[in-house]
Amino acid sequence: MLQTLLPILIFAALAVGAVGAARRIRLWRRGQRSPMGWHRLVRMPKRYLNDLHHIVARDKAMAHTHVATAGGFVAAMALALVVHGFGWRNPILGGLLLLASLGMFVGALAVNRRRLDPPAKLSKGPWQRLSKSLLAYSVGMFLVSLPLVGVAPTTLGGGALALVLTLLVAWGLLEMIVGMGWGGPMKHAFAGSLHLAFHRRPERFDDQHGEPQSKIPHDVHRGSRSTALFPLDLAAPKLGVEKPSDFQWEQLLGFDACVQCGRCQAVCPAYAAGQPLNPKKLIQDMVVGMVGGSDARYAGSAYPGIEVGKHRGAPAEPIVPQLVEAETLWACTTCRACVEECPMMIEHVDAIVDMRRFVTLERGETPEKGAAAIDNLIATDNPGGLDNASRLDWAADLDIPRIQDRPEGVDVLLWLGDGAFDMRNQRTLRSLVKILRAGGVDFAVLGDEERDSGDVARRLGDEATFQRLAERNIATLSRYRFQRIVTADPHSFHVLGREYGAFGGHYTVRHHSTFIAELFDAGRLHVKAAEQRETVTYHDPCYLGRYNGEFAAPRQVLAALGVEFAEMERSGYRSRCCGGGGGAALSDVPGKARIPDMRMEDVRETGASTVAVACPQCTAMLEGVVEPRPQIKDLAEMVAEALIEPASDTASPTATADTREEIPA
Amino acid sequence: MTQPDNVTVGAAVKTVALVSSGRHPVSGRAGRAREDARAVEMGLSLSGGTLTLLHAGDADDAALPEYLGMYHGLSAGAGPGRLDLLPMAPDGDALPALAARLRQSDARLVLTGQRAECGEGSGMLPYLLAETLGWSIATGIAAIEQCDGDHVTVLQALPQGQRRRLEVALPCLLAVDGVAPAPRQSAFGPARRGITDSVATAAPAADPGWAAWQWQPARARPKRLKVVKSTNARDRFKAAAAKSAASGGQVLTDLAPDEAADRLLAYLRSEKVLAPVSDAEGADQ
Repeated sequence: MLQTLLPILIFAALAVGAVGAARRIRLWRRGQRSPMGWHRLVRMPKRYLNDLHHIVARDKAMAHTHVATAGGFVAAMALALVVHGFGWRNPILGGLLLLASLGMFVGALAVNRRRLDPPAKLSKGPWQRLSKSLLAYSVGMFLVSLPLVGVAPTTLGGGALALVLTLLVAWGLLEMIVGMGWGGPMKHAFAGSLHLAFHRRPERFDDQHGEPQSKIPHDVHRGSRSTALFPLDLAAPKLGVEKPSDFQWEQLLGFDACVQCGRCQAVCPAYAAGQPLNPKKLIQDMVVGMVGGSDARYAGSAYPGIEVGKHRGAPAEPIVPQLVEAETLWACTTCRACVEECPMMIEHVDAIVDMRRFVTLERGETPEKGAAAIDNLIATDNPGGLDNASRLDWAADLDIPRIQDRPEGVDVLLWLGDGAFDMRNQRTLRSLVKILRAGGVDFAVLGDEERDSGDVARRLGDEATFQRLAERNIATLSRYRFQRIVTADPHSFHVLGREYGAFGGHYTVRHHSTFIAELFDAGRLHVKAAEQRETVTYHDPCYLGRYNGEFAAPRQVLAALGVEFAEMERSGYRSRCCGGGGGAALSDVPGKARIPDMRMEDVRETGASTVAVACPQCTAMLEGVVEPRPQIKDLAEMVAEALIEPASDTASPTATADTREEIPA
Repeated sequence: MTQPDNVTVGAAVKTVALVSSGRHPVSGRAGRAREDARAVEMGLSLSGGTLTLLHAGDADDAALPEYLGMYHGLSAGAGPGRLDLLPMAPDGDALPALAARLRQSDARLVLTGQRAECGEGSGMLPYLLAETLGWSIATGIAAIEQCDGDHVTVLQALPQGQRRRLEVALPCLLAVDGVAPAPRQSAFGPARRGITDSVATAAPAADPGWAAWQWQPARARPKRLKVVKSTNARDRFKAAAAKSAASGGQVLTDLAPDEAADRLLAYLRSEKVLAPVSDAEGADQ
């Protein structure tokens, strides 16, 4: 009986699953078309085994579980197709099938143990069922395959036991094969593998670079950092994403790849602060919008403060506010922690910015202070609405050379950023100038010709203002000669270095931490040992670390200063955002806690008395935490304090302003 | 005083908002003028997408798209914003062109700011326009409370947050004060879709006085600080926050219009604003 039933079951499951898969593909095709090549499919296996595996393997136990379960299933399914489906009942293949089922069973046991008391980040519902289905399939397949190696009597194929086994296998096939096409939890395998092949940011994968970008296994960034936002065509009939069908089809495919593992939820600073954002729920809402229906069947953690089941979506219906509330979009700090953690390499931030673009550019519903900042950027080229001519007021006594006076060109163009208007950041800039002078760096500034880089406008969705600022800055920069740009602002650093390229501005940009580390390496800076030993920790800015991969230089600088260094638990690529990125400080969505307060708690846990920062936003956010708290110092300030200035240089052109003041005028 | 809920009229009362080019106080760049933007906001919340904008001046002014960018958040069927442009050189006189255009159209309610942010900025245009058209005028408008086919009920802003309720007969011109509700954000998409119709007008006669005038940037006059020597924070705060209220004078109520006019004329003569009584018959304010 089994020998007739099994082929029917297997082929029926494959056929029904294929129908479901075809329907799923139709759903993705509702998205916007972009050129695609089927040849990209060949990249998929390597990307799965290499890039994806390394991200999953940050959680060792889960990686082993997945290797056993998924590997076991794929092997067991392929062998079952040959052995039971086509009836090639070879004992060797039968033995392999048993081994594969056994492997899958072991994996399934681990899955079930994890699901006994699932962590809060995991979704329940169908995902709880999946763990049982895995067991059913592996046990069923194992037992029905035993006769192949002659272990059990062939008379097994009769009676009640056979019926039970058939049901087990049928359950397994229903979940694994039919569910894969029809939108069950196993959908992730089908959508996920295609997503890997057709990912919108192929630069994230090792196969685009020839060799892995890092030698350290697993716990590092994979591939290159493809973090620049995609430029928006301002002549398009509709700007940004209003409806699910306005996403590119690859994005819809990516949403469908989500396994609801909740790693994004666990690292999201807005979620932790009780703001109404949960990256996992957002991606699931996008799936709801793509398929059509209500979010009532979502079985994971909700957006804090927003009840599940009240929102509906459809492919041709607006997303905001029927499906997702606007405040959910505005709570994001664009810190990319979710993207960094996502084992399926889903691009949450791209989706959020796409939706923000529509809200800002078409609806004009940017949160009040964000809108004011944009208006100021349009009118005065800086978000504070200040006179751009006052950009250098803090340096009135420093006699900083202007690039306008140096037609022959300079080595370093110092990009001040909007921190030049902020009194706290002016201390950092003064320190940086002192360091540059001590290192004998040939530098100059643009002065009042410098405009905001456009970072905040772009993250708030105002691509029009961003592009206008970018074009003007690029035009300004093209008039002067310099080797590289150095800036103390990671946001400017990111935008100038990574995002201006799409508009024709290609520059060598260094963050000041990198540049200072280079000066130390070249032996051009000399520091005295700290008088009192204090413990220092370092807060990685998102736009320096996760966005641009600079984790080493700031730590190198601290090492050169000889301070006692304590690492926070969440540091490096897992650093927690300060809460100031992506215009979140402007939209200021209320939550239960403040993100910088949580970050300061991380600092306190290290016992450090000082937290070194490298970003004006982080400085402002962390200094906003009430005292008593560890003090906040920019790397430049710490270096400038410890600097031993070359005494013989007083008469040279690189003399510091301090020494110059001693010369009677 | 709370703002009244959104009052809307259908297409029954054709509404037009006059817009001018604003100047940013810091950078001097062209943009929405503070009061005009509030007038447009008031018009959009009153008439929705049927509001038409009217501007006399340069077609390439950067402020115009910004006004058109306010056409969002309206009812579902609302089309793009519309602006009628009366091309005019900067030294032209906008008054005849605007008056002619408004006469041609069936506009019955015209909203505008009180004073332009560049050019002459005399603040006279609303008055002269209303006079030319023979319409009623009310200035310092903070909100429109109600609008039927014949009358509009408005709140007029007075110093220190006081409001006066006025009922004005249509057609009328309302000059909107800076305390009116803040304008909505100007969005790039609607601005791009907005339609500018250039309306040919008879070439406006150049203002003869204009060329002869001597121009200099306006400068705020320094204010004498009143130092209040009080140890009481409340007194110091009150002194700092107080506007100099008009002193003297008297409030006249319950007078017949003719009698009121006589009293006003008498006052103006006593202040030597008007010529003495001998040739008073022709005095016309």
